[in-house]
Parts: sequence; C-alpha cells; structure tokens
Amino acid sequence: MSDMDDIVKEFLVESSEGLDQLDRNLVALEQAPGDKALLASIFRCIHTIKGTSGFLGFGKLESVTHVGESLLSDLRDGKKVLTPEITSALLQLVDAVRSMLSAVEANGTDGDKEFPELVALLTRLQKGEAAPAPAGKAEGAAPAKKGRKSGPTAVVAEPAAPVPQAVIPPPAPAVVAPAPVAEVPSAVAQAEAAEVKGPQASDSNIRVDVGLLDKLMNLVGELVLARNQILQYTATQEDSGFVATTQRLNLITTELQEGVMKTRMQPIGNVWAKFPRVVRDLALACKKQVRIEMEGKETELDKTIIEAIKDPLTHIVRNSVDHGLELPAERVAKGKPAEGRLLLRAYHEGGQVNIEISDDGGGINTERVKAKAIQKGVITAEQAARMGERELVNLVFAPGFSTAEQVSNISGRGVGMDVVKTNIEKIGGTVDIHSVAGQGTTLKIRIPLTLAIIPALIVSAGEDRFAIPQVSLLELVRLEGEEAQKGIEMVYGAPVYRLRGRLLPLVNLAHALRRQDGFWSPTRAPDEAVNIVVLQADDHAFGLVVQEINDTEEIVVKPLGKQLKGIGAFAGATIMGDGRVALILDVSGLAQQAAVFSERSRRAQGAAEATTRAQAADENRQMLLLFRLGADRRMAIPLSMVARLEEFTRGSIEHAGHHQVVQYRGRLLPLLRLSELLGDAGAAEERETLSVVVYAHEGRDVGLVVENITDIVEEALTVHRRSRGGAVFGSAVIQGKVTDLLDVRALIDGNDVLLFTGAESELATAGV
Amino acid sequence: MAMERQFCTFHLDDLFLGIEVLKVQEVIRTQEMTRVPLAPRAVRGLINLRGQIVTAVDLRERLGLAPLAEGRHPMNVVVRTDEGAVSLLVDEIGDVLDTDEDTYEGPPETLSAQARELIRGVYKLPERLLLILDTEKALALEFAEAGR
Repeated sequence: MSDMDDIVKEFLVESSEGLDQLDRNLVALEQAPGDKALLASIFRCIHTIKGTSGFLGFGKLESVTHVGESLLSDLRDGKKVLTPEITSALLQLVDAVRSMLSAVEANGTDGDKEFPELVALLTRLQKGEAAPAPAGKAEGAAPAKKGRKSGPTAVVAEPAAPVPQAVIPPPAPAVVAPAPVAEVPSAVAQAEAAEVKGPQASDSNIRVDVGLLDKLMNLVGELVLARNQILQYTATQEDSGFVATTQRLNLITTELQEGVMKTRMQPIGNVWAKFPRVVRDLALACKKQVRIEMEGKETELDKTIIEAIKDPLTHIVRNSVDHGLELPAERVAKGKPAEGRLLLRAYHEGGQVNIEISDDGGGINTERVKAKAIQKGVITAEQAARMGERELVNLVFAPGFSTAEQVSNISGRGVGMDVVKTNIEKIGGTVDIHSVAGQGTTLKIRIPLTLAIIPALIVSAGEDRFAIPQVSLLELVRLEGEEAQKGIEMVYGAPVYRLRGRLLPLVNLAHALRRQDGFWSPTRAPDEAVNIVVLQADDHAFGLVVQEINDTEEIVVKPLGKQLKGIGAFAGATIMGDGRVALILDVSGLAQQAAVFSERSRRAQGAAEATTRAQAADENRQMLLLFRLGADRRMAIPLSMVARLEEFTRGSIEHAGHHQVVQYRGRLLPLLRLSELLGDAGAAEERETLSVVVYAHEGRDVGLVVENITDIVEEALTVHRRSRGGAVFGSAVIQGKVTDLLDVRALIDGNDVLLFTGAESELATAGV
Repeated sequence: MAMERQFCTFHLDDLFLGIEVLKVQEVIRTQEMTRVPLAPRAVRGLINLRGQIVTAVDLRERLGLAPLAEGRHPMNVVVRTDEGAVSLLVDEIGDVLDTDEDTYEGPPETLSAQARELIRGVYKLPERLLLILDTEKALALEFAEAGR
C-alpha cells in the first residue's frame, strides 16, 4: 500500500512539473507553430500522464488526457494546424489535469469531474478537419484497452521519456510503474528525442525536501551565532593554536553558510514561467495584444522570497495587461505598435535583487488617481493639491485605494496594490512606481537576496544595541567638536543636518524609541560627538542620530512574538555574539514612527525657521532661496521673506477679477507668474503642478510661481547692482553661477497685484 | 471533561496561580533581558532561550499588581503558544498540583476587574485557593500605547 502511495506521489510530482512545462511550451508553440521538437515534447508529456494514470487506475484522468493526446497527435503529424482556439483548449486541458491531480493529491482519487465540455471541445477540434481518429468517444473503456490504442497514435513519440524520469528511483522496484507506458510506443526516433527541449533529468540531481533545507538553514544560523560568540571570545585569547582553529572555524562556517544558502536559491524564472500563460489568457480576455519579454530569468533568489513575491508579481503583471496596456486600436491611434510590450527584468544590484515590470501602455492618469483618492477619503483635496506627480502616482499603493470601479474579473481580485506593497515590504523589499503618461508604467521592486542571514550595522542608543540592516544604509557621518554643536540645525523643532548642501531630516534614535514610562530620556553632553547613520527609507534619506556606531555583523533574523508585532519600528530580533538579544530596526517603520516625511512643506517650514537664525548669525551672510525661471535663468530671493514653499496643481487655480488666485489655508493667495512678469517665456504653463514661493509682503501673502525651486544657500553676497533693473535689482555669483536677485517689493509695486488685506482674509475664512 | 488535571503553580504577590501543566514548556531562572522600546508596558523584554527569542510578559503588570520589589528577580514560566514560546514572569514557582474537578468554581466576584479578565476559575484547595490563569488572554496585549 505504501509502495503504491510512493508511486502516486512520484507521479504527482512528475506530472505537476510536466504541466508547468506544458504551459510554457504551449505558449511558446503558439509563437513558433512549426517547432516539431516542442510539439513532440508536449505530446510526450500528455502521453506520459495518460499512460501512468491508466496504470494507476485514474480512469477519468486517463480519458481526458487521451482526447488531448489524440488532438496533439494530429497536430504533430501535420494533419492539423495550431490555432489559438486549439491552444486555448489544450491549456484548458492542462488546467483540468491539474485540478484532477490535486484531487488525487487530496483524496487519492481523480475526483468526480469528468470535464465533458472540454472533452467535447477537444474532440470537435480534432474532428474539425475530419481527422479519422475516433478516440474522443472511447470513454469509459478499460485502461488497458486505451493503453494499447494509444500505441499506434504515438508513432513518433519518444517513450515515457526524460521529462518524468524519476530522479530518485521509485522505492519499490517490484512495482514497475512506468514500464507499461514505456513499452507502448516502442520503436522510436531516439535521435529526435535527443534534440528535444525540456528538462533533462540528470543523475547528479536529487530531490530534497524543503523542510529539510529550512532546518539546515536554521542550524547554520545557529552555527553563525555560535561562531560570532567564539570569535568574540577569541579576541581575548593568546593561545595561537586556539586562535588558528577559530579562524578555520570562521572560514568554514562562512562557506557552509554560503553553500546552504545556495541550496535554497532558485532562479526567478520559476515564478515567471507561468506569466506567458497568464498574459496570454488575459490578453485574449481583454482583446489586447501583448508580447511578454523577460530578461534575467536566471537571477537567483532565496526560495522563501520567491514564494513571497509570487502573488504580488502576478498581480502586477495582471494589472499591467488589464489596466496598463491599451486596446490595439487605441495604440495604433497613438502611433504605437498594436502589440503591447510587457517587460520583466531582474538583476542583481548591490546585494539586492531588482525586479522591474514595465509596460508601454498609457501610464497612470494622475488626475484620475487624485480624484479617486479624494473621493475615497485617502487624502484630502488640500493634501492632493500639494502632492507632486510622483507622490500622486504612488497613491495607488495607499490602503483603501482600490481601483474598484474598474474591476474586471481579471484584476481587482481583492489584492489591491496596497497588499502588493505590504507583502513586498514584509520581506524587506521596496516598491516604486514610475509612470509617464502615454508612454507606460514601470514598477520597480527591490528585494533582499535572502532573509535569513543579513549583514547589519550595530548601533547603540542609551545602553541598548540595535541592528540596522545594511541594505538601508547609505553612509555614516560623524560630527565632532564645533561641528557637533553647530552642525545640527532646528527647523520648527525638527532637527536637520546639511549633508552636502541638502537638508537631511534627523531622527534621534533614543527619542524615536522613547517610552511612556520615561526610561528613555536621552541626554547628550554638549561637546560629545554626534553620530549620524544616513538611511534610505522608501524614497527618502534621513539621518538617524545614535550614540555609538559599533561594528557590522552578520545577523540571523528572528521574528518577534505576537505581542510585539504591532511595533513598526522593529523588523525582528537577533542574538548577538555575547548571547544577548538585540532588536533589528525597521528603517521605514522608524521613519514613519518619527514622521520624518510627513509632508513636503516641512522643508519649507524648515527654510523659514532657518532664516531667523541666519539673520541673527551674520550680517554679511544671507540665506537665499534659489529657484529657476524658464530653462536656465537662476534667481534668488532672501529666505527671510519666504513664508512657505508650496505646490499647487493647475486645476486649483481660480480667478478673482483678472487675477489668478488659489485657495490657501482658508485664504486667497494671489499668484504672480514670474516668468510672465519678467519677460521669460516659461515652460511653467505646461506643467501640471506649479512650484510656488509664498512670499510674506507686509503681513500679506503673495505666491510667486517659479519653474522650480533648486536650493537654499547661505552666502556672503557681492551684488552687482543694475542701474534700472526694475524688479531685478542686481546679480551675484552664487554657487559659481550668475544669479539674478529679485526685488519682490519692486515687483509688487510695479505691477497691478491684488493683495488681500487682513480683514478681507478674515472674511474669507469666515465665509468658508 | 477530565476529572483530574495538573497545574503548574506559582506565586504573584499574595496570589496563588496555576497554568495547565501541558502548556508549560519549561521554567527557568531570571534571564538577561533586552528591553523593547515602544512595546506594551507588560512586555518586560526579550530573552535568548537557547537561540530562540522569547518575549517575556510581566504578569504583575497584566494583573494590575505593583511591580516586584527592587532586588527580587522574577522566574520565567515559558509557555507554548501557537506562535511560539512566550515567557511569563512570576515571583516564585510552586509545585505541580493535581486538582479535583469537583472543587472548581468560576472566578470570585471580589477579584479586581483587570484580574478577573485573566482568571478562568478557581480550585478550592484545602488550605487556599488556586486561581487558574487564562494564558491566551494574559498574552493578548493591547497595542493602544504602542501605536505607530
């Protein structure tokens, strides 16, 4: 009995491998209908399943595959030409077989479904050209009979063939499972078989239970920990023999770790393999033409990661075909080829794997996304107005944002893009979406190679140690002496550091992890050095201020218990060399916790705050806001006059008389288009969002529309005044380039500018 | 319904509590603990149990009792849960007791509301009362204070 079970199990494993291969081959065959070898391989696979199922007494499975086999046989003999209809029918057959096999797996019988429609369809297709094979009707006959019958059909076919050849031989040699099958189509074209594409079983491979590999991986993890502990201990030892042995142990452990990790690596092609079929079916259903291309199939990933990205990837691919690519007619109208292109790309980069899924479809309509997000209450209209193109596109990942209204039975199966994102983030990856209207959308997924053992930087805050995954690490900055005191500037209570001219928001680790009971009250001696760990979270960089930066170490990631799952700041825990537990920081969770990137305008707030400080600091030096007008005109205004920096969408601009205004914080903000006023033919008109400098003019605000805001600098200026420059009162060299200095007061005085007085603005507020 | 059940007993302040013996994986002395910032109050920290990372939950905190006096070290009662082992910190460990189902009763009204949530019932032993801890509830921590 148990021998039988083994044989059935073997049959299941082989068949499901064969079926995966079939999916691929059938789609490939559609591309290259003349490929005899492919056809032969497909035929052989179905034939083998039929034969073995007959032998094992799965009558229904046998009869269904038999019909398919007859059809394939005609195809192979050239009596029939492959049509999309036939391909679809054959793919359905694969599905039917798969469902029967899972029934076999579940309860040992091939289920109670007989797939009469499929059988009828296959028979009809086969008879379509009056092919003389009556096989389709021969249901319910004894398996033995059919086994014989298939004999003459399978003239050219190779016998049971390499495909299912058991890698581990069936444990019971007494039961000659595949034997009858193998004998049926006897004299065969061996030569042809030799060229057949398909998995070639090799004697150098064995099947190993994944559970065993997982266990090995865990053990290696423990070994790595023990090794770390020993290494730490060795550092205090002088016995050279002992030290040498430890070093050997170290090397061997590392090698073993690599080796075991490799056993769990699988090419990403394994996941991709089903996409041609998915895309084909989907394209057919949506009446689209899609060509799928793959690059970097052989890129390897840890098995657990492969498993974890399977569903998100499928969802993304479906989305691209369903929503991304346009209908052929639409595409042609836009001057694109009728056939859409879906490109899957995978490659290694810096210890991570990047996967890109790009289509050349219509791109994401940010206006629609925005409207939807507002309607769904994901964001407020005000927030939306301030969002840039990129942020809007990324709204599709927001929880609660589902493309529900356009649900087809294809996408929108309950896995929203937010689930895709969370799933990918769960395994330490990131997703980024990039879309160009009319040209397509690219989703870029970055995931770690493996989850189990990762390099990490150990830092400490207070007396506790934390591990930061190396993948999020950008650089380390140490401020000493005077730098330590002056380097960190405050912006509305939020610390920032100027890293090569850019403001880097800072998070004090000890602050971020403060507990209510107050046992984390970080204090810093004024002259102590400041350590900043510059981290990448999502798209932003931020600096984490820690007390001490220790070593980097290979750590084994262990999950946290249920009681601690809700803390976003930690990704897990690990055991350090000294046997103590250290928490692993979740960098993006931490950033969220500390609300580093709450909104963009924070930077502007920062700028405003920085001004006051600058004024006090130095008379000659001045803080300047730099921006561009048109293509290359650089301009600057004193930062002290800047209230905020904002972005408005074109849609939010309204008119009061002949003036352009926007509603802004319950008031009306008049807009001045600098490029028009200063006689620059600006490109600002075409842009969807306007960069606006909110300028405080005698207690009233004016919005200056600029091309884009480039930087904030502190400079001692040498101004070359203009005799009559109007609104431009002079020029200066800033950052090595000539920059015009704008006199906003002159600009306002010289133009008919609508200014709202305080009283009016109060009325405006009251009216809302 | 089993007539006799075995309970691993322990002391917390002046309470005498028990956990079904089958749920207890092991009892160990005070371990070096790594505290977890932002965690619910009841989480005292993480301990390294032979390479496994185990969360230690302070039962005093859960039952609304005052913290253990300075200088006294709690014991770890490591219990099995569906999601791996969790350690319960208790003052002192007692014996494993056989109980008689006839002496079982629901939790007394006099218990504090917080404690009553976590006490499934009481065995009236000859000398004293044995309170049975509902470990699942004891380990279901609120996340109100640890939100993102």
